[in-house]
Amino acid sequence: MSKSIAFIRTEDAPSLPPPSSHVGWRKWLWDNMFSSMANFGSIGAAIRSVLIILLTVTLLYFGLTVIWSLIKFALIDAVWSDPDTLKRGICATVAQGGVAEGNVGACWPFIGAKGKLIIYGRYPEMELWRVNALFVGLAVGILWMVWERAPFRRQVGILMLTVFPLAAFILLTGGNVHYSSGTWTTFIALTVIFLGGGLVGARNLLGEVMFALSGFFIVFGMFVAAALIAMFVTSLDLGLVHVETANWGGLLVTLVVAITGIVASLPLGIVLALGRRSKLPLISYLCIGFIEFWRGVPLITVLFMSSVMLPLFLPEGVEFDKLLRALIGVALFSAAYMAEVVRGGLQAIPKGQYEGAMALGLSYPQMTRLIILPQALKIVIPGIVNTFIGLFKDTTLVLIIGLFDLLGTIQSTFTDAGWATPVMSPTGYLVAATMFWAFCFSMSRYSLHLERKLDTGHKR
Amino acid sequence: MADTSGTGRRSLSTLIYDEKFRGIVYQIVVAVALISIVWWIVGNTLDNLQEQDKKSGFGFLGQTAGFQILSSLGTSLVDYTAGVSTYWDVFIIGIINTLAVAISGIIMATIIGFMMGVMRLSKNAVFNSFATVYIEILRNVPLLLQIFFWYFFVLRALPNKRDKLELGTENFAINITGLYGPEPIPQEGFRWTMYALLAAFFLIWALAKFAKRLQENTGKRLPVFWLSAATLIGLPLIVHMYNGSPLLWEMPEFRDTGPKLRQGFQASGMVIKPEMIALWLALSLYTASFIAENVRSGILAVSHGQTEASSALGLKASSTLQLVVIPQAMRVIIPPLTSQYLNLTKNSSLAVAIAYPDIVSVFAGTALNQVGQEIEMIFMMMLVYLVLSVGTSAIMNWFNNRMRIVER
Amino acid sequence: MTTENKNTAVSGETVIKIENMNKWYGQFHVLRDINLNVKQGERIVICGPSGSGKSTLIRCINRLEEHQDGLIAVNGTELSGDLKNIEAIRRDVGMCFQHFNLFPHLTVMENCTLAPIWVRKTPRKEAEASAMEYLERVKIPDQAFKYPGQLSGGQQQRVAIARSLCMNPQIMLFDEPTSALDPEMIKEVLDVMVELASTGMTMICVTHEMGFARTVADRVIFMDEGQIIEENEPEEFFNNPKSERTQKFLSQILSH
Ligand SMILES: Nc1ncnc2c1ncn2[C@@H]1O[C@H](COP(=O)(O)OP(=O)(O)O)[C@@H](O)[C@H]1O
Ligand SMILES: [Mg+2]
Repeated sequence: MSKSIAFIRTEDAPSLPPPSSHVGWRKWLWDNMFSSMANFGSIGAAIRSVLIILLTVTLLYFGLTVIWSLIKFALIDAVWSDPDTLKRGICATVAQGGVAEGNVGACWPFIGAKGKLIIYGRYPEMELWRVNALFVGLAVGILWMVWERAPFRRQVGILMLTVFPLAAFILLTGGNVHYSSGTWTTFIALTVIFLGGGLVGARNLLGEVMFALSGFFIVFGMFVAAALIAMFVTSLDLGLVHVETANWGGLLVTLVVAITGIVASLPLGIVLALGRRSKLPLISYLCIGFIEFWRGVPLITVLFMSSVMLPLFLPEGVEFDKLLRALIGVALFSAAYMAEVVRGGLQAIPKGQYEGAMALGLSYPQMTRLIILPQALKIVIPGIVNTFIGLFKDTTLVLIIGLFDLLGTIQSTFTDAGWATPVMSPTGYLVAATMFWAFCFSMSRYSLHLERKLDTGHKR
Repeated sequence: MADTSGTGRRSLSTLIYDEKFRGIVYQIVVAVALISIVWWIVGNTLDNLQEQDKKSGFGFLGQTAGFQILSSLGTSLVDYTAGVSTYWDVFIIGIINTLAVAISGIIMATIIGFMMGVMRLSKNAVFNSFATVYIEILRNVPLLLQIFFWYFFVLRALPNKRDKLELGTENFAINITGLYGPEPIPQEGFRWTMYALLAAFFLIWALAKFAKRLQENTGKRLPVFWLSAATLIGLPLIVHMYNGSPLLWEMPEFRDTGPKLRQGFQASGMVIKPEMIALWLALSLYTASFIAENVRSGILAVSHGQTEASSALGLKASSTLQLVVIPQAMRVIIPPLTSQYLNLTKNSSLAVAIAYPDIVSVFAGTALNQVGQEIEMIFMMMLVYLVLSVGTSAIMNWFNNRMRIVER
Repeated sequence: MTTENKNTAVSGETVIKIENMNKWYGQFHVLRDINLNVKQGERIVICGPSGSGKSTLIRCINRLEEHQDGLIAVNGTELSGDLKNIEAIRRDVGMCFQHFNLFPHLTVMENCTLAPIWVRKTPRKEAEASAMEYLERVKIPDQAFKYPGQLSGGQQQRVAIARSLCMNPQIMLFDEPTSALDPEMIKEVLDVMVELASTGMTMICVTHEMGFARTVADRVIFMDEGQIIEENEPEEFFNNPKSERTQKFLSQILSH
């Protein structure tokens, strides 16, 4: 019998567990710690390993020290309650004239006492339900939009961008705004001229020129009509007490500035982004100029400008509330950033989409509205969230022009002599940092999640 | 084919459907709207200024400024004296101080950012988690809060005015009033050292060209890095020594005797004020957390296939890093890096919160309060930032275009 | 007429007229002195090496590209800067692209009804009914409520054809409809196109499917370097090419 090279497997090779050095925590430790520092094969490698060991130990020591002192300050050494309302006494050591012994950490009763101030500012006690209703509405709306399997997500999104801001304005200020009769007449006249003219013109009743312009008239007319509706709703007297913006503060102001900034900058940013890509040179250069101007200057200069220069730009006698002035500055500023985000989305839409739409005979506005923007905006949601995170952090700057946002309010509580101890300001800053961090971190996780989904998910 | 050559008719109704005509009309409408808005604003402004009886124009720049400015790089370069120097000097001091904190911040942020970015990708769990925690905490807390943290919290823990903490030698020390060190004072002939330094840069550039040519023609490789380093240090050093070292060092002076009020550091030597230190630390650590993310994604963007391909070509691991990974990663990293540099520069305007005398704080803040000409002064301040960012973008675009050509 | 499947629907009327047309991209002269008349019901295949300007030519016909010189008229309407004419022509001329260009955020049904609803102002019900009819004709009625990303390439191209047909075009333009497809999907698309041809649709196809050209085309046009080099009936064109360039091109594509 000669040897054949043919081979046939008759029995399966057994499937064995891996060698013990390749499983469990030992493997993990080896792979993730020691493999990088265990090479002593040559002099170079040995020096490298020693350096890595030293650096590892240093970082470990430094990191653990920071974490430990944080825990010690915030939890172990912290003062938790103030049953006898001693105020500063409860958080001051005996040497400082208080009752605390040993090291004193965070002074939580101080935060408890200032909690309302930190969240609402000086908003009247009786009217706090209005702010709470708003917070609840906001939370529900956001959760609804974030939850991927919720029904009517798009409709809720549109409500959050249109009805919610109006409701928020009325709830917070009390509505009942008085507009001059001149303003009323102007807006009513504009609505009638543009919307009416556009609608009649579209039926080809006003000649060919009007027929050609009817699309533009209708679009512009709808904007004016929306403004008119907003004016009407805000002018209603719903029996709510008027609350001056000077009384708003804390988290409320932070949210108002950040959310107004993002909501107002979205439409403006879309217009600017479309304008920047326009074939008409004047329009595209104007948009580029506008965008690059706001992106080129720091927010703080914009806030200076809106608080100092804006009153000079307006006719005499027109008085603007300080918060509103800051909001205008923030909205223009973030519109420029939003425009760049949206432009990124527009650029990512393949040329074929434009061609497909044009070949079907869609006009430029139809193509933009039905084909391009829905796709572009979907791509840029993570970018929008990131812009929002930036804006959220930047709202702290309004304290420089004398508005009391979250950080500003917390800082203002440090002047209260009743609570003055060395641990007061660290406690306050820790709370501010934690709150900002929690908001921004969760939003950045969400945007990361969206990015991954856009990356891997099949196009749907 | 009745209507195919209907170009003769040009009534309004055909004109209005003409693409070009429409474009022109749109642009005219926008131009008219814009001009009328600007007209309205300018009109209102002029009325308001007249009402408030304010001066306008840039005449104030020649007037003397009467206030003190915190000692800083700007004040020592311009030689500022309250009551003698002009508002123009104040403006220049502001620019110098903005640039000083921006440039030093950029250097520090780049170093830390690259370190953290690489550590974030390390297999070593300690490096990896340290970098992760660093990045996730610093980039999610507002910068202003971080500035406050360093200024009101960390630096307040330093020894007080009449005490000091020596850093190695007695010539470097820190306390709550600042960081003190020797101040270099150039003497006659020091400019030759500077010229030598310039010459050294030129030589290095020539050397790089020559080395490249040599490599292309003969395959020989010069140790360009070491040669450059030697030139850069050696040439100025030799010239400096030859001229008899024309640079004096003025040491800081610390008194712990004598009248209580005069104790502490005296006005000699170089001082870096805590405002500058806090701003510098906060800006660079904050920006570093963003740079780290850019670095990380830049390195990740170089696909695994690229490293495998170059190993397959027989390149050493270090050469792979140097020739394949880093050049490609840098192409991805540099554009966002530039915008981080710009962000840092713009964020340096937060100086106003702790009164570091940058352009915003000293010119649009203190000086504006005295002069009261908002329009001119805010315009000048914005112009400074615009020049900085437009300049950087221009360089950036040039760089990008070059890169794209290389890609083809 | 040599073969039995030759077109009998060609009527005398010219629907596309191109005279002395020239086009430049900057300094680059892409289309040079193009003259072409297409009659109602005619089927034309355009071939030629890559970069010869085939796509540019058919994209000029519905003005996705602008020509700088000469005349293009569709159904007697001249293409110029006049937006009204452009809209009218795009309504009557359908187009299919190499990469389908379906709208990924809309379902197949929405892709098909979008233009009828917004451009022709057809009521939604009616538009959907007619879309369903066309989807049946391209043999994918069951995919109507899926998104394009969930379909294969061949299915996507058939949706693209149905989408164009929903506008009831008089003329269909095809720009290499099968060249982005895997071999096994080419046939299903070609079948749909052959079926479409049998209904008497005026068609201009840029394609290198020579079998399709032989059986369906009334005329084959060969382009090179922006010019029409040769133009003939398919039989003559393939068996007896006159120009040297045509011979060379045919020998290259038929050699393997
Ligand atoms: N938008 C454009 N800008 C400049 N050149 C272009 C553009 N589109 C196409 N071209 C050039 O015009 C020539 C013809 O292109 P095309 O019509 O796509 O060729 P074909 O479809 O025959 O392969 C090619 O050389 C191509 O590089
Ligand atoms: Mg082509």
